[in-house]
Amino acid sequence: MKRRNFIKQTIATSTLTSLGGLGLDVLTSPSVKKVTILHTNDVHSHIDPFGPNDGRNANKGGVARRASLIAAIRKENPNTLLLDAGDIFQGTPYFNYYGGELEFKLMSMLKYDAATIGNHDFDNGIEGLYKQLPHAKFEFLSANYDFKNTILNGHVSPYQIFTLDGMKIGVFGLGIELVGLVDKRMFKETVYLDPIEITQDMTRLLKDDKKCDLIICLSHLGYEYKNFPKKVSDLTIAKRTKDIDLIIGGHTHTFLPKPTIEKNSENKTVLVNQVGAYGLYLGKIDFYLEYGKGPTSQSTTILV
Amino acid sequence: MQRFIFCFICLALFSCNRHYYTSKIEGKRLEINYSVEADSTINAFIRPYRNHIDASLDNVLSYAPETYSKKDGDLNTAIGNLMADAVYAESNPIFNKRYSKNIDFVLLNHGGIRSIISMGTVTKRTAFEVMPFENAVVVVALKGSQIHKMIEYLSVAKRAHPISKQLQITFNDSYKPLSVTLKGEAISNQKTYYVATNDYLYNGGDKMDFFKSNEGVFILDYKIRSVLIDHFKKTDTLQAKIDQRFIRKQVN
Repeated sequence: MKRRNFIKQTIATSTLTSLGGLGLDVLTSPSVKKVTILHTNDVHSHIDPFGPNDGRNANKGGVARRASLIAAIRKENPNTLLLDAGDIFQGTPYFNYYGGELEFKLMSMLKYDAATIGNHDFDNGIEGLYKQLPHAKFEFLSANYDFKNTILNGHVSPYQIFTLDGMKIGVFGLGIELVGLVDKRMFKETVYLDPIEITQDMTRLLKDDKKCDLIICLSHLGYEYKNFPKKVSDLTIAKRTKDIDLIIGGHTHTFLPKPTIEKNSENKTVLVNQVGAYGLYLGKIDFYLEYGKGPTSQSTTILV
Repeated sequence: MQRFIFCFICLALFSCNRHYYTSKIEGKRLEINYSVEADSTINAFIRPYRNHIDASLDNVLSYAPETYSKKDGDLNTAIGNLMADAVYAESNPIFNKRYSKNIDFVLLNHGGIRSIISMGTVTKRTAFEVMPFENAVVVVALKGSQIHKMIEYLSVAKRAHPISKQLQITFNDSYKPLSVTLKGEAISNQKTYYVATNDYLYNGGDKMDFFKSNEGVFILDYKIRSVLIDHFKKTDTLQAKIDQRFIRKQVN
């Protein structure tokens, strides 16, 4: 809660800055600012590191280690956002025994800023998710799940704008189609809306109306469906929409060694990233923003 | 004079629609491993939760002579075969006792295998990792014609959905069915078969819609995870193998 207040306060002060002291601000502050986006996905209740005898991921992962790493990065750059692309729940007995309480409490201690909702976050039913919300001191974002006729109505926002040192970062969430994937008795009256249409609405709002400097899509759609090319994936969203800078994905447990660089519908660059699953990796994307009449994103240097 | 220049610069700044633009992006992933020191506050917070769970889960039940993964195998995997055969072996006595009928075969879903079984000791925790969900066994009565729909589904899915050893499915290289037999006999359209699966799939999970037109459903109230725990308790050393039950065969 304290953190949210802090962000709101930043919004207020930065508005003043941009109205009153803009010219001076530009002249006195360094011209390049760095925004760091940290991200996880499909952690699936993997709170402890894998044991030394695990056949695939021995001694990797663990929330306590992730906490140290995140704290060090935040210390280096306070302009950091920490995001999760869903499927927080289900995968270890921590979830079976405590229903997600510990996952949310730890994410709050790590100061996550926002998460989107994965299909497994409905595993104890929509009531099971609702029941754990008081333990989460971060936002849940989903633009294409309509929760109007459910218990989650009013508890999930389509997007949120974070203001970091005067820079506006718009983050919106996307979820996967639930029919055929999650038991209807679990997701109840949640309505899935077309992610491409919703993304077009979101980017129009965040770019044109809200004047965001960066737009991030937090997605649980899945990276790519090679056998089912019509199924909407992160790569589909990247190619068929515009104005997104970064898509942070999940669901397919895709271990990308580095972010994928795609061209959007306007032939501009968009990054797509996903860090597999189980908290084995932390994704880190640094955006260097300059204030000025600058070039288009086509001339942006990308080091991956 | 200086003041004049300052104002001029300010004007110039406002007049040309300035905004933040991205000049550089750097992206990498950071591995979380032993080189990162754990945060002691977080560890202390987790400890009481961990102790409670460990006390309940770490009794050794069985032994795995090798690591089994659902990624090892084309249309059947050692771990999938183990699960499907365990569901048959553990559920049929219950089904038979309650309804005086027998399960014909088991169908589960590849996505429902949530973890590998690592080589070494097998505990209750292993069962939680492989089957963290609360899904339970149901037996669905299906006409042979629906079994053929199931085969069509598997032909499109092209995945190693686990089946128990009573069923034998052979596809050609492009996943078209060559033969389907149950205990060596062809599937008859009119006959009713008893297929054990889990309630997730019965309710349309993974789009297994062939379960919808059924002749009845029997709810055993027996969790898949409990099936695994019971199976592990009875098995000193796991004997999971990739075999010939569901294969692709090259035809010339």
